[in-house]
Amino acid sequence: MKRPWALPLFAVLLAFEPVGRAQESALQIPSSVKAGSAFAIGIPGRGGKGSLYLIGLGQVIRRNVQLGASAEFAAGTVSSAGHYFVVLEAGSSQEQGSLEVAPADQPANLSFLARPSRLPVKLQNAITGAVYVFDAYHNLITTPRPVSFELSNPSGKEEQRTVNTRDGAAWVALDSGPHQGVDKFVAQTGGVSTSRVVEQVPGDPCGLKMTAKQVGRDVELATDPVRDCSGNAVTDGTIVTFTESYGNAQSTVDVPIKHGIAKVDLPDHPGATISVASGVVPGNQIHWEK
Amino acid sequence: MIKGIFLAIVLLGATVMLVVIGTIWPVSTAIAYAGGERLMRSSATPEEAARSLGDDLRMREWGRAYGSLANRAQFTRQQFMQDVMGYYPNIRTYSTLQSFEVAPLHATSDEAVVQLKLHWSTVVGIATTTRDLPLVKNGSEWQVNWPIEKRPDLPPQVIPVNYLRWDVIYRGAGDDWGVQDVEAPHVRIVDMHPVQRAEGLVILGELLNEDVVPAYVNVKATLLGKNQNSFATEGSFDKISHILLPKQVTPFLITFPGIDISQVSSVRMTPLSSLIAASADPVIDIDNQHLSPAPDASLSGQLINESGETVNVAHVLGTFYDKSGQVLWVADQYVDRALLPQTPVAFNIHIPEDLARKVSSERAVVASYKFGGEL
Repeated sequence: MKRPWALPLFAVLLAFEPVGRAQESALQIPSSVKAGSAFAIGIPGRGGKGSLYLIGLGQVIRRNVQLGASAEFAAGTVSSAGHYFVVLEAGSSQEQGSLEVAPADQPANLSFLARPSRLPVKLQNAITGAVYVFDAYHNLITTPRPVSFELSNPSGKEEQRTVNTRDGAAWVALDSGPHQGVDKFVAQTGGVSTSRVVEQVPGDPCGLKMTAKQVGRDVELATDPVRDCSGNAVTDGTIVTFTESYGNAQSTVDVPIKHGIAKVDLPDHPGATISVASGVVPGNQIHWEK
Repeated sequence: MIKGIFLAIVLLGATVMLVVIGTIWPVSTAIAYAGGERLMRSSATPEEAARSLGDDLRMREWGRAYGSLANRAQFTRQQFMQDVMGYYPNIRTYSTLQSFEVAPLHATSDEAVVQLKLHWSTVVGIATTTRDLPLVKNGSEWQVNWPIEKRPDLPPQVIPVNYLRWDVIYRGAGDDWGVQDVEAPHVRIVDMHPVQRAEGLVILGELLNEDVVPAYVNVKATLLGKNQNSFATEGSFDKISHILLPKQVTPFLITFPGIDISQVSSVRMTPLSSLIAASADPVIDIDNQHLSPAPDASLSGQLINESGETVNVAHVLGTFYDKSGQVLWVADQYVDRALLPQTPVAFNIHIPEDLARKVSSERAVVASYKFGGEL
């Protein structure tokens, strides 16, 4: 049976189809979403099925979608921040778009690089701290935010500085204090904090002084309590070198400080010159006469 | 057929003749390859008797060496072995006698003195020991009176040792990025300069551990040419005291064989340090240091172990300074005896003749190593 009206109707439908497509062809993508948040992408077309791809640097997601419906992404589905390509494939046709996923606003983790972990007292700008602020999905939060740095010793607060992050990082340089001890170096932002330990140790010995006395057939040499220029006791184990010169010979011995002083017995050589040093710091000299 | 048999007989005869010649008059190389045994032993002269003893020591023929001694009744074979190799583990424990030299010092008709110089092959190179051997004539043969050094006897005692010891806990492998690790020790080169020697370019200097923790140190030098390209890199190897306690200073010496200073535009020095578990014990006193002038210039002295434990290997490094206090030379010696507590052990460091005249002062340091157990 012939249907003479069928062909003109098909032509009219065909003529109207591109318009219908033009009205619903674009993927409806949010301009920006936060990492880990829920969002939806509007799928163009009517009826039929397709596949939606989200392609990012750290994540690729594929969804089977109904044309004309919305593709829902639950919270936590898209967690890596960055630029995503959105591709809709339905039969032979393809639609493309892009999605920006920004880091979450709330910091969850701080990477805190504190250097050095051990340094002498009274050095300027010697302690550096650098903080990288991350959200719960390990995305670097690049929007500027204040980070507070606090260096405190057991006796109380010592130095505090607040610095805004730039491109996700904030850094600071602080002086080491005058007293030896284990300081706590804390970085804090948005209720998240991380701490490191900075050990401030005594500097070079200052005013190294020894005394000598006769003990049996030897000379007993002992330093006064060894301190640095800030009055801190120099660490036990630090080497003190005693040198006894007599005639054209000499005796030397490297002695570690024990209980704050270095002590040694050297052979008794009347007329000897005895000197003391620690590292490159010289101490006093004694001309020994029995 | 007859020609073939004749040729075989000639070859067999020649082989037998060569074997006989080689057996009766062996060449020294062949002796060495065969294990060093002399087939024709003779003690007709003091030198030959000393040489026979040297051969026995080289082959570790302790029984035969001990049996050849005139004064063997004065000590046991075990004591003789320990006298040669050391009573306690030391640098010679794992060495072999590579060669020896015999030199006559004095001789009469029935007594003689011969110097026996033993060259030991050790893990750190050749170590030479010298013994002056008295010999006596016994009938037609000469015999060595071995000058045994009695084992030092230590009086029973308690030596309290409570020096500091450092242990290190490093960060774990699974720790997050940014987690703090323990800082490497801070070390600093406090003196450095190049010296041209016949064997090549030598870089000398001193390194200070300016930290409060012990450091394992090394120094690397890189030579840069006129175009600022590096063309040679060497390390200090064992010409340095590797373990530095806080504020301790070590000399270092780096040799670039065959390189002339005119080829060098600049030198890049890299001091390397890492944390190491260490103890402030033992303290070693370097006593009676004495500079002997040229000829045969040397720094001699005695090491006294102030600790209660035996030190198996002691490495003495001498730093020699000129009048202006600049490092002139660095020389070293491994002491081939273990250091027993409170027992002096002599050392002698050779100084090059041409430099000895310029030496104004010196400083010696000792690096010590322990690997317990008695032989």
